[in-house]
Amino acid sequence: MNAPTYNFAYLDEQTKRMIRRAILKAIAIPGYQVPFASREMPMPYGWGTGGVQVTAAILGPDDRLKVIDQGSDDTTNAISIRKFFQKTAGVAVTTSTVNATVIQTRHRIHEAQLGAHQVLVYQVPIPEPLRFLEPRETETRRMHALAEYGLIHVKLYEDIARFGHIATAYAYPVKVNARYVMDPSPTPKFDNPKMDNCEALQLFGAGREKRIYAIPPYTTVQSLDFEDYPFEPYKHKACCALCNAADSYLDEIVTDDKGSRMFVCSDTDYCETRQAQGHRGSENASPFAESRHA
Amino acid sequence: MYVAVKGGERAIENAHRLLAHERRGDRSVPEVSLDQISNQLSLAVDRVMTEGSLYDRELASLAIKQARGDMIEAIFLLRAFRATLPRFGSSEPIDTAQMQVRRRVSSTFKDMPGGQVLGATFDYTHRLLDPALMGEASPEQPSVVAEAEPGVMPRVTDILGRDGLIEPSPVEDPEHQVGDITRDSLSFPADRDLRLQNLARGDEGYLLALGYSTQRGYGRNHPFAGEIRVGEVSVEFVPEDLGFAVPLGSITLTECQMVNQFKGSDTEAPCFTRGYGLAFGQSERKVMSMALVDRALRARELGEDVKAPAQDEEFVLSHSDNVQSTGFVEHLKLPHYVDFQSELGLLRKLRKEFAEANEAPTPMQEAAE
Repeated sequence: MNAPTYNFAYLDEQTKRMIRRAILKAIAIPGYQVPFASREMPMPYGWGTGGVQVTAAILGPDDRLKVIDQGSDDTTNAISIRKFFQKTAGVAVTTSTVNATVIQTRHRIHEAQLGAHQVLVYQVPIPEPLRFLEPRETETRRMHALAEYGLIHVKLYEDIARFGHIATAYAYPVKVNARYVMDPSPTPKFDNPKMDNCEALQLFGAGREKRIYAIPPYTTVQSLDFEDYPFEPYKHKACCALCNAADSYLDEIVTDDKGSRMFVCSDTDYCETRQAQGHRGSENASPFAESRHA
Repeated sequence: MYVAVKGGERAIENAHRLLAHERRGDRSVPEVSLDQISNQLSLAVDRVMTEGSLYDRELASLAIKQARGDMIEAIFLLRAFRATLPRFGSSEPIDTAQMQVRRRVSSTFKDMPGGQVLGATFDYTHRLLDPALMGEASPEQPSVVAEAEPGVMPRVTDILGRDGLIEPSPVEDPEHQVGDITRDSLSFPADRDLRLQNLARGDEGYLLALGYSTQRGYGRNHPFAGEIRVGEVSVEFVPEDLGFAVPLGSITLTECQMVNQFKGSDTEAPCFTRGYGLAFGQSERKVMSMALVDRALRARELGEDVKAPAQDEEFVLSHSDNVQSTGFVEHLKLPHYVDFQSELGLLRKLRKEFAEANEAPTPMQEAAE
């Protein structure tokens, strides 16, 4: 039997070079979806294989990796991906946003501002922002090539005509560098403004759909809207029950079957950092740290 | 007092341990061996090798054992391993006319050079559960080992081809390198080499359903099973520093040449056309389905109307891969709290606006605020 042996960060060097070429092209054409020869990864498609391949291609031995899913370092899939790179690359991992050099994320952009030394890698399920308006790749590629984005504006207009405002809550489409309309991955629209003019490099990997795209540092990212109906970021009507933050994205926790609810930060590192600084919310208890049981 | 949910890491470790325990099952029952799987569940191994795109019976057996018999999971295991293997070149094209045939049937000619070889098949068995297999059975030795007539066994399509009744098999174009869907991402329109690769690793059930749909009138192409052959074919490779072909070994293949009607066009005389299927091991259902779908996907090339799902290349090829399909369907198990929260917020807003517009607040709206 062929006993399996694996390279640093799992992928062989040729594959990494292929992915790096795709990344470079993506950086050169902000927001453009670059096809790449996505590999089968040892985790299922749809579970972050695109992000994992991008991370594997850019990771060096001195990097410090953070992985979040839904904003949290402790969701099962984030743990699974973090352990994968600990095992295959032996890199240092961290839950601290400021200390990380590479951050892989699913569905959130963390609250802390990114710096120029950091790379944010998004896991993307459906990279095509026009997909649900036009299912054919042949068509959507043509529409991008011609910057023919009328269809998506009509969709937003129809929302306004029907509901009085744009009824897209997540995966809210953006225009990158005033050229390509791009899917920000299914992050809540709350996070969209963080992508604009960001100091860090933002890379997007879609494994199953075999696409990579990028937002280079200091690039304009404009959420699609109309002059008379400007983009409105989502606002919570509550504060975090643990750290009292009023500026973070909140998860709703159902606390009993009688309709009681509370709200806590989705970004666990942000919340814990604030609690360590002495901020206290209405329901504060120090979260039980996993390391004590490891 | 609220405690944030944590402990995913321990949960994962425990889940893995529980899974290993359940995979083993009752420990008083002897463990199944890879040899047993490879020999006695050989058609399962064939399917995993085909859709896993890796010809290795032992690893495919291991995958089936590890996956607890879940075929798509086993295919996934084999694919993920395959993706890490270095590639040192491409073999010479195999020649199925030189196959050591174990089984060969044609539904278009009663007899032809080489004859019909029934071989081992479920086809004419009565599907009655066999109580003898409940214990250890020791079946009779086969009276005569099915053996083909000596000499080459020309393919039925070659026989038809001599009279020009069927379109010629496409010839190799030295200018056009055969594509590789595992090394380049598929784009549309896709040529036939890429389509066939995609179908070869495509899900058997999916191709079966699509093939069946063409028979029921959704893109009908009047097929005849020109020939199905199963047997061993040698694989040769030309090492660059050697300059001539050396045999690497032999593999078991199943090939289907489907013969389909074509009415001809203004520029071309009516003739039969081809649909092609090829798979590792003995995989007759797979190759027949594949041949039907291959022919359906040639609609554009042959100037036929593209109307049915099986003729729609982007639809067929984008959804054939069961490793991709299962991943994306099952990823719905992953947390989506954040998106769901956004949707909740939006829905509450819409409901509030609706209630305000109708000036009759619903009880739900109160609870939500």
